[in-house]
Amino acid sequence: MSASAELFAIATSRLGKRFDQIMALDGLDLGVARGIIFGLLGPNGAGKSTAIKILTTLLDASGGSAQVAGFDVAKEPVEVRRRIGYVPQLLSADGALTATENLNLSARLYGLRGAERAARVRDALAFAGLDGVADKLVRTYSGGMVRRLEIAQATLHGPEVLFLDEPTSGLDPVARHTVWDRLLELRRSRGMTILITTHDMEEADVLCDELAILHRGRLAAVGSPAALKAQVGPEADLEDVFAHFSGAVMDQGGRFRDIRESRGTLQRLG
Amino acid sequence: MRAYAIETAAVADAEVRKLMRDPTELMSRAVQPVLWLAIFGQVFSQVRGIPTGSLRYLDFMAPGILAQSILFSAIFYGISVIWERDLGIVHKILVTPAHRSALVLGKAIASGLRGLVQAVVVYGVAVATDVDIQWTPAGVLTVVLAVVLGSCIFSTFSLVIACIVKTRERFMGIGQVLTMPLFFASNAIYPLDLMPGWLRTVALANPLTYLVDVLRGAMIVGGTSVHAWTTSFAVLLGVFLALLALAAHLYPGLAR
Ligand SMILES: Nc1ncnc2c1ncn2[C@@H]1O[C@H](COP(=O)(O)OP(=O)(O)OP(=O)(O)O)[C@@H](O)[C@H]1O
Ligand SMILES: [Mg+2]
Repeated sequence: MSASAELFAIATSRLGKRFDQIMALDGLDLGVARGIIFGLLGPNGAGKSTAIKILTTLLDASGGSAQVAGFDVAKEPVEVRRRIGYVPQLLSADGALTATENLNLSARLYGLRGAERAARVRDALAFAGLDGVADKLVRTYSGGMVRRLEIAQATLHGPEVLFLDEPTSGLDPVARHTVWDRLLELRRSRGMTILITTHDMEEADVLCDELAILHRGRLAAVGSPAALKAQVGPEADLEDVFAHFSGAVMDQGGRFRDIRESRGTLQRLG
Repeated sequence: MRAYAIETAAVADAEVRKLMRDPTELMSRAVQPVLWLAIFGQVFSQVRGIPTGSLRYLDFMAPGILAQSILFSAIFYGISVIWERDLGIVHKILVTPAHRSALVLGKAIASGLRGLVQAVVVYGVAVATDVDIQWTPAGVLTVVLAVVLGSCIFSTFSLVIACIVKTRERFMGIGQVLTMPLFFASNAIYPLDLMPGWLRTVALANPLTYLVDVLRGAMIVGGTSVHAWTTSFAVLLGVFLALLALAAHLYPGLAR
């Protein structure tokens, strides 16, 4: 393992992704230190989900390289997959299965067996606070319960790096706080590196040790919340920081497809 | 090897649980064979328009209808995969280190079990319409194997199409367009001898023909298979393995 891999849980070098006409990612250089919560911000269509999909091996980059947990995502995707967890932008627990069944499926696909699997599934249910409803179909759950289940599902194999794409979008304030609690606990008790994307500046402020602002596939700014605020002005809050580094795109209101996709998150599982 | 089996079983287990929770789906797919056997079959038996040797037409047709019901229910399997893609379930499965082909094989096996449910329904209708079923253990076992393998083939074929078209609208269009030619360019409801030469050539390249051929020999008293069972099973297995490899290759593309 190289020195940078020991230091960084995620490292990208000139990472690029082109979709037909659009450069969704354009030469992204990112380093995420181990054991921190890292927030990826940016307006609709900035390339946040695209970056996560490449880092989780779901999508091939069209240029540059990326390492996650010390392995190259393109050359050793299986090694990367063993060491990461992923919570997609959509609420993606299977609504036609119970929480226990969802967890068992993941546990088996991660190669957990026998007593070990049973124990991990039990712990995951407790972690998600779903013991009482473990055998109810997930489609009967609230959004917050589904998200907690998904976080438990994405971490039950003990990954080094956890990716969450807008984990709290569409959740009520209470549910949002319980998600934050879970993530803070994962960092504290397991030293997990966590990368989240969010449109919620309060969330970025409360949760993240470090932030990056993406703007049209490029890195517009990176630093701790405090450092970024100081960069923009003495009284600045994160909203100001966000507007400062991605204002132009905000004015245009984002492209229709991007807005529709983030709305779609809410209308599911029914 | 062991890991591969566990992954396959995990996917199949989840799929079967979902199937069992949706009995209306299962039952509505069973209506079609009932209509074919109970109406079309009865009428054509009276007409005696299709020469089927010493077999009654209804007896000749019953294995064809079993194969048809398997084809028609398996061919729409891809829809659920597209649905899972839209929900992000596919993404979540694909970030696990599981073998891509195990994920696909698990789905195929679940579809095989669903095919057996279809078979039970068709057997029920067949008994009710007085079809002369061959109840020998060898016959029944052969039917079970053929039904499972046939379901695996058509569901995996369906998955391949889903991976290519990726949207529900396009899939529904293509699904309709494909099933009818597959059904009619086969020996399901008339013998190959009745077909013009070009159509017979097409039918001989159609896996459904081999499925029906095995079923015809195994399911019905006095029914005969044109090809040796070993030949037919070899063809079916070969087709399935080729489709499985293709599906495993295309499936990860669903997350893009
Ligand atoms: N599969 C795809 N095909 C074509 N274009 C795509 C595809 N996926 C994303 N894009 C485009 O790439 C750009 C980046 O999209 P991405 O989903 O990464 O943005 P995002 O930052 O996650 O936005 P949001 O906040 O709305 O989730 C957008 O312009 C989007 O329309
Ligand atoms: Mg996104």
